[in-house]
Amino acid sequence: MIQLEVLRYNPETDQEPRFQRYEVPFRDDWVVLDALNHVKEELDPTLSYRWSCHMAVCGSCGMMINGEPKLACKAFLRNYPGVIRVEPLRHFPVERDLVTVIDDFVAKLARVKPWLVPKEAPGAGEYRQTPAQLKRYKQFSLCINCMLCYAACPEYGLIPEYLGPAAIALAHRWNRDSRDAGRESRQDEIAAKEGAWECTFVGACSDVCPEHVDPAGAIQQVKIESTIDWYQAHLTPWLKNEK
Amino acid sequence: METVSADVAIVGAGGAGLRAALALAEAAPKLRIALISKVYPMRSHTCAAEGGAAGVIKPGDSLAQHFEDTVGGGDWLCDQDAVEYFIGEAPKELLQLERWGCPWSREPDGSVAVRPFGGMKRMRTWFAADKSGFHILHTLFQTSLKYSSIRRFDEYYVTDLLVEDGRCRGLTAIEMRSGQMRRFDAAAVILAGGGAGRMFPFTTNGAIKTGDAMALAYRAGVALKDMEFVQYHPTGLPSTGTLLTEACRGEGGVLLNKNGRRFLQDYGMGPETPLGHPVLKTMELGPRDRVSQAFWHEQRKGNALPTRWGDAMLLDMRHLGEKTINERLPLVRDMSISYMGVDPVRDPVPVRPVVHYMMGGIHTDTQAATPLAGLFAAGECACVSINGANRLGSNSLTELLVFGRRAALSAIEFVEENQARPVSATLAEHAQGRIRELMQRTGGAETVAGLRREMMRIMEEHAGIYRNGEGLAAACARLGELRRRYRNLELHDRTNVYNTDLLQALELGAMLDCAEAVVQSAAARKESRGAHQRLDFPERDDRNFLRHTLALHAADGPPRIGYRDVVITRSQPGVRDYSGAHA
Repeated sequence: MIQLEVLRYNPETDQEPRFQRYEVPFRDDWVVLDALNHVKEELDPTLSYRWSCHMAVCGSCGMMINGEPKLACKAFLRNYPGVIRVEPLRHFPVERDLVTVIDDFVAKLARVKPWLVPKEAPGAGEYRQTPAQLKRYKQFSLCINCMLCYAACPEYGLIPEYLGPAAIALAHRWNRDSRDAGRESRQDEIAAKEGAWECTFVGACSDVCPEHVDPAGAIQQVKIESTIDWYQAHLTPWLKNEK
Repeated sequence: METVSADVAIVGAGGAGLRAALALAEAAPKLRIALISKVYPMRSHTCAAEGGAAGVIKPGDSLAQHFEDTVGGGDWLCDQDAVEYFIGEAPKELLQLERWGCPWSREPDGSVAVRPFGGMKRMRTWFAADKSGFHILHTLFQTSLKYSSIRRFDEYYVTDLLVEDGRCRGLTAIEMRSGQMRRFDAAAVILAGGGAGRMFPFTTNGAIKTGDAMALAYRAGVALKDMEFVQYHPTGLPSTGTLLTEACRGEGGVLLNKNGRRFLQDYGMGPETPLGHPVLKTMELGPRDRVSQAFWHEQRKGNALPTRWGDAMLLDMRHLGEKTINERLPLVRDMSISYMGVDPVRDPVPVRPVVHYMMGGIHTDTQAATPLAGLFAAGECACVSINGANRLGSNSLTELLVFGRRAALSAIEFVEENQARPVSATLAEHAQGRIRELMQRTGGAETVAGLRREMMRIMEEHAGIYRNGEGLAAACARLGELRRRYRNLELHDRTNVYNTDLLQALELGAMLDCAEAVVQSAAARKESRGAHQRLDFPERDDRNFLRHTLALHAADGPPRIGYRDVVITRSQPGVRDYSGAHA
């Protein structure tokens, strides 16, 4: 048996969050999500958390596990000796128990215009895109919106207006797509003060990303490209359109 | 009760729901769209689809061939007019996704790449590595953010359709965050709520796939069609049921029994093909029903590999090499290592058949319309039917695009011709009363977890790969009992905010309805066809059963079972030949 210490908070009945301990069986093939499901089914039907795919692609089950942002479906019990402490993702308002409010991210995602602004009108067939061109943005398209990077990011904790790692990485994904011409329309958001420049390059976002998206890398690239924009605009304005 | 007025309400924001929303926003920008989902769109189970989406694009392929593969693959239970429409629209839809920026995998010249898939005679499966569904879903979701006419209601659970004067006029839904019920008045409703694999204990389906939309339509009087056809995917991880895509075999992976024999050759899918050179539509590229059934027989012969999670076979991909596996099957490698501790680059991966997909669903016509005026359905929750008795892998991602759009166009026509009219308040109040009663009920002896476990056990025991009359009769009786016991369910959680005890109780109610439709339809179909195999009726019986099953909800008893003719246009029922000898 192992001890699971889970943050509980129900705004209707609790003044403030508290921890509740559950004893669950240890199985070496179980992840924390399996343990939570055991609690829900066998011990306490009132526990609330989100989950669906159990294969690290739907992004529902992000939570703090022993203080680190993790997907509960990929955090194996065997890697946690002792009591396992489970809390909602840091930096987000708690809706109830392990369920957080992610409205902020959803609104920010829409602001960066994460859709294709076509470079040219489509012909009869597909836009051509070579494997090398695909590779330029593919990694950044793998974001599952699990919010682990926001929970890891100290800047987001301090400055809630900060656009944050996933939203910037996704904007960058479209900017780097050979079919896209929307970069300028996204710059207002991602090159703004609350955009990439807020990042102090701690790199925690990339460390916790379960899909190896490397948002920190995306943010640094955005900064470099924005700097180049500035120099071109101010020092060599006649080159502006030939970039 | 707070009321939202919309022109079209869409239930479900996975691939089909999002595609419908986009079609509405583009074709009829003035319409107010309410996109309602019990999860955030990017959590929808479309994200878990791996292998790809079928559509004819390459030279050497033809619509006629896609038609033939699909209809034969479905054991001639597909409606051929629907298949005709589907295969014709398929390439356009996949191109449309490309134009919205979907990161399809590419050929060196920049054109879209295709891969082989089971039961397909040509390579026509478009893919984005082995995260095709994920990329389709996120491309659709992110593109949908462009349109202000799409108003999203994330984490709202739809409880009832509001039907008055023979027309669907809206719905009620619980906002999870507040626990409050809202009424949605809508001139048309599109159901796109996905499948119901969670009726079974061992499934590739995420927790959210609980047949909610099917149950909504069913209770509103729309038949569930062909529910007995439940697809087992041959290759799930025995530990968790996690899907390892058919593309593993498309890329050249092979299936072995415990003796190392490629046993499919013993089940009409031989002769053995050379290792690393898969041949389309035979051996490991046979259809899912046949491959899963072959495993069942191997198991009975004692040829399965025992593991701590039960019997398995081996999926051997070692000969593909690390580079191909990393490029084409990165998720498969990650999942195998994470959940089984097996690296497919170095060792064969134990796998076994796992419940994957519902061929059956809400009865719709080729326009994605249900018989209930104002109600449309698309995606896995619907049964058009293009999948017949067995769906070919990679047809379903395309299906949700083609019929998601089709449902939207039909809804637009309907809205233009039919004035919206608010429903009488009593309907919504009745729905609210039902939830309130469930919340407040005391003295009940049943729990969600307890009833759900029993349902799953019944389904696994009696509604699996092979079935028989006796087992199905027992399943019908026991599920009828569960339906009655469900009324005696008592919740532990009576609070309002994000109450998952309530949510799971409602989901269980939906699954019980679907499960009863499955076993009653299966009991009545006394033949073997596609994914429905009866040990007591081992042959296909076209004379009596070349028909769709229709299960109609009855207020206080098992569904009434009826039938409907299959539409046959140009392919007469024949023999499904997956031997290497086929032309």
